[in-house]
Amino acid sequence: MSVAALPDLAALEAALTADIAAAGDEAALEALRVAALGKKGSVSELLKSLGGMSPEERKTAGPAINGLRDRLNAALAERRTALKAAALARRLETERVDVTLPVREAPAETGRVHPISQVIDELTAIFADMGFAVAEGPDIEDDFHNFTALNFPEGHPAREMHDTFYLPTREDGSRLVLRTHTSPVQVRTMLANKPPIRVICPGRTYRSDSDQTHTPMFHQVEGLVIDKGSHLGHLKWILQEFCKAFFEVENVTMRFRPSFFPFTEPSMEVDIQCDRSRPGEIRFGEGNDWLEILGCGMVHPNVIRNCGLDPDEYQGFAWGMGIDRIAMLKYGMPDLRAFFEADVRWLQHYGFRPLDFPTLAGGLSN
Amino acid sequence: MKFTLSWLREHLAGDYTLDDVTGALNRIGFEVEGVEDKAGKLKGFTIAYVVSAEKHPNADKLRVCMVDTGAGEPVQVVCGAPNARTGMKSVFSPPGTYIPGKDITLGIGSIRGVESRGMLCSAAELQLSEDHDGIIDLPADAPVGATYVDWIGLDDPVVEIAVTPNRADGLGIHGLARDLAAAGVGTLIDKAILPVAGAFPCPVKVTIADDAPCPAFALRLIRGVKNGPSPDWLQAKLRAIGLRPINALVDVTNLLTFDQNRPLHVFDASKVHGDLVVRRARDGETLLALDGKSYTLDASMCVIADDKAVESLAGVMGGEESGCDEATTDVLVESALWEPINIAQTGRKLGLNSDARFRFERGIDPAFTLPGLELATKLILDLCGGEPSEVVLAGAIPDTTRTIPFPLSLTEKLAGLVADDAEQIEVLGKLGFKVAGSSGTVEVVPPSWRGDIEGKADLVEEVVRIIGLDRVPATPFPRDETARQPVLTTLQIRTRKAKRMLATRGMVEAVTWSFVAKASAELFGGGQPELALANPIASDLSDMRPSLLPGLIRSAQANADRGTGDVALFEVGQVFKGDRPQDQFICATGLRRAFAKPAGTGRHWSAKAAPVDAFDAKADALAVLAACGAPVANLQISTDAPSWFHPGRSGSFRLGANVMGHFGELHPALLEALDVEGPLVGFEIVLDRIPEPKAKATRVKPLLDLSPFQPVERDFAFVVARSVAAGDIVKAVAGVDRKLIVAVNVFDVYEGPGIDADKKSVALSVTLQPREKTLTDAEIEAVAGKIVADVAKKTGATLRG
Repeated sequence: MSVAALPDLAALEAALTADIAAAGDEAALEALRVAALGKKGSVSELLKSLGGMSPEERKTAGPAINGLRDRLNAALAERRTALKAAALARRLETERVDVTLPVREAPAETGRVHPISQVIDELTAIFADMGFAVAEGPDIEDDFHNFTALNFPEGHPAREMHDTFYLPTREDGSRLVLRTHTSPVQVRTMLANKPPIRVICPGRTYRSDSDQTHTPMFHQVEGLVIDKGSHLGHLKWILQEFCKAFFEVENVTMRFRPSFFPFTEPSMEVDIQCDRSRPGEIRFGEGNDWLEILGCGMVHPNVIRNCGLDPDEYQGFAWGMGIDRIAMLKYGMPDLRAFFEADVRWLQHYGFRPLDFPTLAGGLSN
Repeated sequence: MKFTLSWLREHLAGDYTLDDVTGALNRIGFEVEGVEDKAGKLKGFTIAYVVSAEKHPNADKLRVCMVDTGAGEPVQVVCGAPNARTGMKSVFSPPGTYIPGKDITLGIGSIRGVESRGMLCSAAELQLSEDHDGIIDLPADAPVGATYVDWIGLDDPVVEIAVTPNRADGLGIHGLARDLAAAGVGTLIDKAILPVAGAFPCPVKVTIADDAPCPAFALRLIRGVKNGPSPDWLQAKLRAIGLRPINALVDVTNLLTFDQNRPLHVFDASKVHGDLVVRRARDGETLLALDGKSYTLDASMCVIADDKAVESLAGVMGGEESGCDEATTDVLVESALWEPINIAQTGRKLGLNSDARFRFERGIDPAFTLPGLELATKLILDLCGGEPSEVVLAGAIPDTTRTIPFPLSLTEKLAGLVADDAEQIEVLGKLGFKVAGSSGTVEVVPPSWRGDIEGKADLVEEVVRIIGLDRVPATPFPRDETARQPVLTTLQIRTRKAKRMLATRGMVEAVTWSFVAKASAELFGGGQPELALANPIASDLSDMRPSLLPGLIRSAQANADRGTGDVALFEVGQVFKGDRPQDQFICATGLRRAFAKPAGTGRHWSAKAAPVDAFDAKADALAVLAACGAPVANLQISTDAPSWFHPGRSGSFRLGANVMGHFGELHPALLEALDVEGPLVGFEIVLDRIPEPKAKATRVKPLLDLSPFQPVERDFAFVVARSVAAGDIVKAVAGVDRKLIVAVNVFDVYEGPGIDADKKSVALSVTLQPREKTLTDAEIEAVAGKIVADVAKKTGATLRG
């Protein structure tokens, strides 16, 4: 075979290059590649023919044919890239969504936790930090736990201060009550545990009263400390720290007034300083108004005795306040009755997002 | 309890202000509820001289007055009062003054063409009396230009305080003065009360029946009195604190009720038949009381009766028949002691409130029974004349003297208040306590008017409240060393988690009443007689709830009625299965209505709207169970949910016999009975029934075990009877090789053409996870064959062709 037998490489290259440039899609391009560079392709055949050439012939023809192959490969690759890009561009042209269409709101953003639950979690965070556990008890109570153990003598006018709900009179003449305060939980705690005791008792309470500021069911939280030396000064400090933490203010001025509760002696009511001069808003830590927020005192010796402890050995203090009330004060909710109406408009507005879990580290109401 | 500052000054000497008094009262335990300062409102009204009063040119009944107000030139005022005349002195208000009796603020006016720059006022316009017949007519010596209320001494604020039930002595102004003096405001004026000698024996005898709740009853007759309206000073005093003057005899009893906390009663002696007996009422006896109402009495109540009838309800209210009026000439004055609890019960039973009841049920000073009678006698003699008899006393004044050993150091131990011994003893002394000793443990005898003092803690309170709670330093309370443990119980933690989990699923937490209507309670398995309130506040809040669903259903409907039909509500709270503490459970319960789906509420462009279904409720329930740590993978689902669920679209979660809760569509008949619209789906999980988590020895999580071999997934479609539960097929598959088969997922359920009418097709994908080597085709085929065989054996299924 002679060199003269070689076809016109330049013409072949020109034809193939033109075909590649004209290829309309990747399939056409692939067909061209097979026709030229496939096993039986025109250029492959030429490469095979090198084997039959003399060294001299090969010296010239080798680089020529190999160069042709390499240039064709490059042209194919370039065309392939261009075709891919064009195809992607065409596809993207057709793939459109209206991004202004609304998506579903995250359920976690639409769900709400009731303000009472949130405030109980806030109280728990504050008092847990001071070493208080959370104690609970039944809503249906007997006379002993709700009244007698708490030093309410039968027939005493102090009992009348509680508009009690009664369950039916039983065969033995006794009748159960819906607890009028969470104090029976204190009694149960003292009866079941040895001091030192530090608990808070949040829960539902009931009084047969209904008007703008009273509902037949409401929520209280009480605190109890029993040990051998805790006194009124400690109680004052705890309540001050609590008010600062709960209302999230630097300072709270408190006014302690002597008062009366059958289950504490001495007894006090506590007012906090506030500013009520803006309609519908109360600010704590400033102003010239006083707002009563809780009752407290040293646990009455009779109560300690009724709970099986010796009042000459053990002493301590207790306090109680309305959860609904402090929630209303802190978050500016005007009507207590709305708490229990389950109106989703109210709950959406005043409720809390489930992930806003109150912590001392992150701020109670961040 | 109301009093005026001037009345207090009768008992408390010294130079103190209203603010001193109110501040101290708050500090020592008498909460000031209000101060009414009439003078403050009337500062603009001054005394003026009418220089001339001429007939109005255009009106017969009006006069044009030139008024000297004491401030420059006379002012022209048009006045319609018939008594306006030249040379009189009256009360003037300039333009800009608020006139309380007319509720207007005065301007410069023109009355029938004549300018008027102010007003001459009647007493009614100042709200000082009802008198509006003419302008106030003042004596000639009234100083022109002076503030009228100051000149007439109306500068007398009325203070209203709350008196706690333990402090009966605070219901008398004298008692308040004593406490104020002890707290450093003024000096107590303690006048001796001298007995008034009787001129003759009391002709009416008194007997106290053995079972009467009356320790002592003192009585005296005053004959020849002249009753009538009491003098102005007494009427003014009573009016100032909101009492209505009746006549001198009655007014004296009211005066002493508030002045000394000593309720008394006066009988018209001419209307009392024979002697008096203090006894229990007879069942059905009636009394027409002084409030004009007739009361039917029973044997629990104590009365004062004469030979003919009941004349008075002891310690609560006198009888109309024997009451004193202006014709009374002979009066029987009663000063008695009653058992507080009996008075309280009587008053409560009859729904009868009175100033006497309020005091007797709190317990008044027994030692003042006779001095009170003497004081009343003296006042009656002063006001009405007459001649007193000797006093008769039935029963005996009880001696309440008791001695309380009081370690003075207790004040610091209990209250954290450092006060030296002398200061403590001085405080107690000023309050009327007798103290023997000067240090260490002293012996304290409380005064007769302090029945509330029982023990040493009460004495600490006395010392602390008088010295002042301000002196108790706030003392840091160290967190004790044992307090590093979690403070919440498992149930409390689960309660919190359940709430937050449900809220993250788009549900809104409701807090509904613990009581529901009886009919609702019965529909949810409750309504037992022992859980029905004896005194419900409303008939639809009558029974303790056996489930949270009725409250949520009612709330959902209320929201729908307000225009929000797609609601998802939940509550985590107590339900009552009985009246014992252990019958109370905490449930997490949720309800979805209409289109309130877990993925989002209502219609949305992204998918066809579908109403809520049982699986939404199941998903909510499982989310709660998982959040609370229930072994969700091991739970069995049975189709025996309670009657309030749709029988074919509901289920129960159980671990063997322990049923943890239910879910499903609510029963159509229930919706009808409750008169609410659906669709409603719900669930209830009893958090107490979720097993306690096992105590963990370590916080380290088990080592992650990852297989290096590819998992293999194979699909199977079974044709099976419609009654076969998909759960049973899944269980059969999983049971083939618990190690190798790591997941079984139902990806299609089909009923319809191509499948027999009583059959369904259930398609599953099964994931095999080899652990030791890659599975060969033969091994995979072997497992697949066993799956088909086992499912066929256990459920009758065949592989779909």
